[in-house]
Amino acid sequence: MRHVIAVLMENESGALSRVAGLFSARGYNIESLTVAPTDDPTLSRMTIVTRGSEAVIEQIKKQLNKLIDVVKLLDLSEGPHIERELMLIKLNAERDYRDEAQRLADIFRGNIVDVTPSSFVIEMTGDSRKLDAFIRAVDKDRIVEVVRTGPSGISRGTRGLVI
Amino acid sequence: MELSGGEIVIRALRDEGVEYVFGYPGGAVLHIYDALFQQDEVRHILVRHEQAAAHAADGYARSTGKPGVVLVTSGPGATNAVTGIATAYMDSIPMVVLTGQVPRAVIGSDAFQEVDTVGITRPCVKHNFLVKSLDELALTLKKAFYIATSGRPGPVVVDIPKDVTDPNVKIPYEYPEKIEIRSYHPVEKGHHGQIRQAIKLMQQAERPIIYSGGGVVLGEASEELTELTRLSGFPITNTLMGLGSYPATDRQFLGMLGMHGTYEANMAMHKADVLVAIGARFDDRVTGKIEQFCPNAKIIHVDIDPASISKTIRPDIPIVGPVKQVLGDMIETWKENARELEPKPLDKWWEQIEAWRAMHCLKYETNSEKIKPQECVETLYRVTGGELFLTSDVGQHQMWAAQYYKFTQPRRWINSGGLGTMGFGLPAAMGVQLAHPDAEVACITGEASIQMCIQEMATCMQYGLPIKVVLMNNGYMGMVRQWQEFFYESRYSHSYVDALPDFVKMAESYGHIGMRVENPADLEAAMKEAFGRKDRFVFLDVVVDPAENVYPMIEAGKPHNQMHLSPYLSSERELA
Repeated sequence: MRHVIAVLMENESGALSRVAGLFSARGYNIESLTVAPTDDPTLSRMTIVTRGSEAVIEQIKKQLNKLIDVVKLLDLSEGPHIERELMLIKLNAERDYRDEAQRLADIFRGNIVDVTPSSFVIEMTGDSRKLDAFIRAVDKDRIVEVVRTGPSGISRGTRGLVI
Repeated sequence: MELSGGEIVIRALRDEGVEYVFGYPGGAVLHIYDALFQQDEVRHILVRHEQAAAHAADGYARSTGKPGVVLVTSGPGATNAVTGIATAYMDSIPMVVLTGQVPRAVIGSDAFQEVDTVGITRPCVKHNFLVKSLDELALTLKKAFYIATSGRPGPVVVDIPKDVTDPNVKIPYEYPEKIEIRSYHPVEKGHHGQIRQAIKLMQQAERPIIYSGGGVVLGEASEELTELTRLSGFPITNTLMGLGSYPATDRQFLGMLGMHGTYEANMAMHKADVLVAIGARFDDRVTGKIEQFCPNAKIIHVDIDPASISKTIRPDIPIVGPVKQVLGDMIETWKENARELEPKPLDKWWEQIEAWRAMHCLKYETNSEKIKPQECVETLYRVTGGELFLTSDVGQHQMWAAQYYKFTQPRRWINSGGLGTMGFGLPAAMGVQLAHPDAEVACITGEASIQMCIQEMATCMQYGLPIKVVLMNNGYMGMVRQWQEFFYESRYSHSYVDALPDFVKMAESYGHIGMRVENPADLEAAMKEAFGRKDRFVFLDVVVDPAENVYPMIEAGKPHNQMHLSPYLSSERELA
């Protein structure tokens, strides 16, 4: 099962490698991991997407909690939540493809953020499946490069992952 | 009071009540060593290799319950200590390791004796720190001691760049009495509802067994464990790490369980209907085949570490909490409940256990012309009256010591259980002897293990440590040889050490007493003589039967009821 785990941790150097090291040392799956400081600069928030049996996911959460730098964590998959991922995609947009590329970007509510005579860079957010769909929708030969952040997640409703 | 970084390190150790630091100097820690030189409250023990510093601190910690402290330099000083740190980590031993680091300005430049100590040690420590400024030094040391000793204990590394300890830079010294870490809250109390359920299950059991481990030793809960066992009348088995937490001389004790456990302990595990696991982590050497582990039992698991619960075996009733408190609560609850509802009688179960016990699975040939290793351990037990602090290396001798030496007190059996580190025994004995200067301390070892840290005989000489080394010399890496005999058709690939030193002369060259015994008839007298030399380090080289194997044995990945028993048992039965 796919799980999205939000982790609040001390904003210390090395904290990220403790998490990454834990996953590799214990053979856990890591699909994506995003991290950045929060509004409180002493804290970082990480969103980890992982897969495993219920027993493995339970161990992952326990082992994460055991890390001294981890303040709190929440398995977002246990309740309603929102996931968003940012993608920047560079397309080879010569004259014959410019209109098509622009239309597709509009349909997917993407923004064209860089333009040259022969290329577009499109910025797009959404859940991961939407970004996958956009990649499938554009002409494969037109894609120069794709960069994705991996999903960030937050729970729905009033309660939050705070200290 | 204004202190330099080097002085702060030593002062903080003093404020933590540290008696001994085990270490080895080098460039990056010279400022700290200079501060150490200028005081006499914290004593430094100079080892001959940094691995031994960590093992000695470990032995000190295991025998006292107090954290062991290590001080080594950067680069090779730190990497040499890693084996000792990992050893402590696997057995949850409280330890604080101070490593020197190159000056902050050159970190990352591949400077002389630079390694990424925090990176290298990360997977084998409970936590580690790189001290980035003098201001955070004292607080970091406080955190290190707190983390190492609380909750499930473990080693903590504090990496200190040389310029942080500069004697010319001084700041006011303040060492907090207590500390709060917002991201670290060890569990303080087990859930009472879970405990009530556990007791209810235990009192309905017809074939119960208690399986307890090193957590009981670490959690200072031997008294409570003994009381609950006596109160319930349950049979009890200990893991390798738990030996001594319940008196091995008691009738309810079935011996060690697992790969080299007794027949009665393993059979009782296999047939049990309720298993009470206390401070034990279902190690693979204990469980054997997971799918067939205690196939008929409801399982109660008491552990301070939530991550230990359901890691390999999913319990029916998990209880997360400190063993001492949980066991205390369990005893009270048992007594309360027992007034209303009589617990089930266990006569039939004990009858069955006694039948298994009558197998005498640890019997061995006693009329041999060669000294049997089992006999060596039994003689050691007789001569020392069971009062010994016994450290061990790793291999056959370790298993025989665990099987035949009857420990009746916790913290007396000191061995590397989780990591299985050869070379652990002698340096660990140094830490034990320093912590207990008047006690008898011995290291049981093999000729392969002892050579991995044999240089520490010099340390023993320097500090006058009257340790007794009992070397069971069979010329082979015995456990490797045993596996090769069983599973590789006796192809003894590189398990024979072809050029052994003369251990008697070697001991003598370090200034100690060396003795060699080859004849079974001389064994007891030699051991008495060795232990009679109260003030001297004696190295006793006992030549034992090289063909002897450790029995019973469960092959890796097999269930508890599939044991190899000693061929001696069947030959004896045929004769009868």
